[in-house]
Amino acid sequence: MEGESLKSIVESLLFVAEGPLTLQRLAEVIEGADKSEITAALEQIRTDLESNRRGVRLVEVAGGYQLRTPKENADWVKKFLGGRPARMGRATLETLAIVAYRQPVTKAEIEAIRGVDVDGVVNTLMERSLIRAVGRKDVPGRPFLFGTTPEFLQLFNMKDLSELPTLKELDEITLPEPVGEGVLAEGIDEEL
Amino acid sequence: MSTNFQLEIFEGPLDLLLHLIKKNEVNITDIPIATITEQYLATLELMQTLNLDMAGEFLVMAATLIHIKSRTLLPESDAETDEDEEGGDAREELMKRLLEYQRFKEAAGELGQRDVLTRDVFVRATAPTEKPVPTAFRELSVFELLTALRRVLERLPKDEFHEVTLEKITVREKMTLVLERLRDDGQVMFESLFTDAGTRMAVIVTFLAMLELVKIRAIRIFQDRLDGPIIIEAAVGVEQAAEVIAKEAIEEDQDGR
Repeated sequence: MEGESLKSIVESLLFVAEGPLTLQRLAEVIEGADKSEITAALEQIRTDLESNRRGVRLVEVAGGYQLRTPKENADWVKKFLGGRPARMGRATLETLAIVAYRQPVTKAEIEAIRGVDVDGVVNTLMERSLIRAVGRKDVPGRPFLFGTTPEFLQLFNMKDLSELPTLKELDEITLPEPVGEGVLAEGIDEEL
Repeated sequence: MSTNFQLEIFEGPLDLLLHLIKKNEVNITDIPIATITEQYLATLELMQTLNLDMAGEFLVMAATLIHIKSRTLLPESDAETDEDEEGGDAREELMKRLLEYQRFKEAAGELGQRDVLTRDVFVRATAPTEKPVPTAFRELSVFELLTALRRVLERLPKDEFHEVTLEKITVREKMTLVLERLRDDGQVMFESLFTDAGTRMAVIVTFLAMLELVKIRAIRIFQDRLDGPIIIEAAVGVEQAAEVIAKEAIEEDQDGR
């Protein structure tokens, strides 16, 4: 397949896709082009959009590729769309951060860190599909273990969990063994 | 004692403590426990005066602080070794919790600064397809339906004042209308049933009509995936259901008279 037409096809698919489009899916649809060719086309589209400062950009998000508007146009897009802006309260962000770094994690463990009851916020995050129950902890009461979802990655413009910034290290105190970021990302990827 | 606090909304006792530590420009690992305890209690008092909803956790922390403070006040020789350690442990424990909380507070801050979808970056709006083809569909619970209803109600225009002409439509009439719609379209999306319902009452009547139809097994409500669009379709024969409704309506009329 000719490079230009492949690029054009990939761009069309990105445009009509409802969510992040995986390389796998692209390769399934575009017969006659292998993954490395498609990856090259994606990269070209990305740099084209970037260097021409276009109104949409190609972003790797939640394990796939998606066209998103650049941040500098946010005000115009928001004005056009109207409606309420996405609310990101501190309770929401703190709880999400704890789940993201400590997953799989129980409600009690989140509460221990935040020092407050998290029933309400955990339910809201579940409703918004940003976290989900991924299992039960093998302790008395078998509480649910929570983890983040692909929607979480989409919301925060992340390719995968490895994009989470490393938690600040603490010198004086030995904290509970943190889950290695690499391991964490791998384990979750499999589940998604 | 100065109480000129700029009262913020604190996420919890740890948040309040961190705020005080920062305000006093001291280190988490070296907290002047007497000063911090005093300011902590003063803040609680202020919160109480202002009638702010205060979680019980704030009081538990107050007790912890007082406990630690009392330990530090005891002359060392008077304190039994065990108890001394206990006090020290409580202090160390608190320090650990503060450090841990601080880490996640910062992490939360960083999350919030990312390019958040629908705040900083946007994707193309996808119009829900009117006739989705369910692959493996699942049945919904009443709670999920109620959540969907809440969404519909939230979308209603907020109390606009205009002349009111009461449009009386009964649940039964609405049931017939829903069935007619299903006869024409086969399947409809949950939300689309409410598009012409302009008032809260109209939405609720439609919703009740839907529940009634489920009850008499005239329609089925399902989703092909969690959080997917809610789909409504005619269950058995729409005609048959319409007959049942018509018959009931007649009976009701007779009962009424």
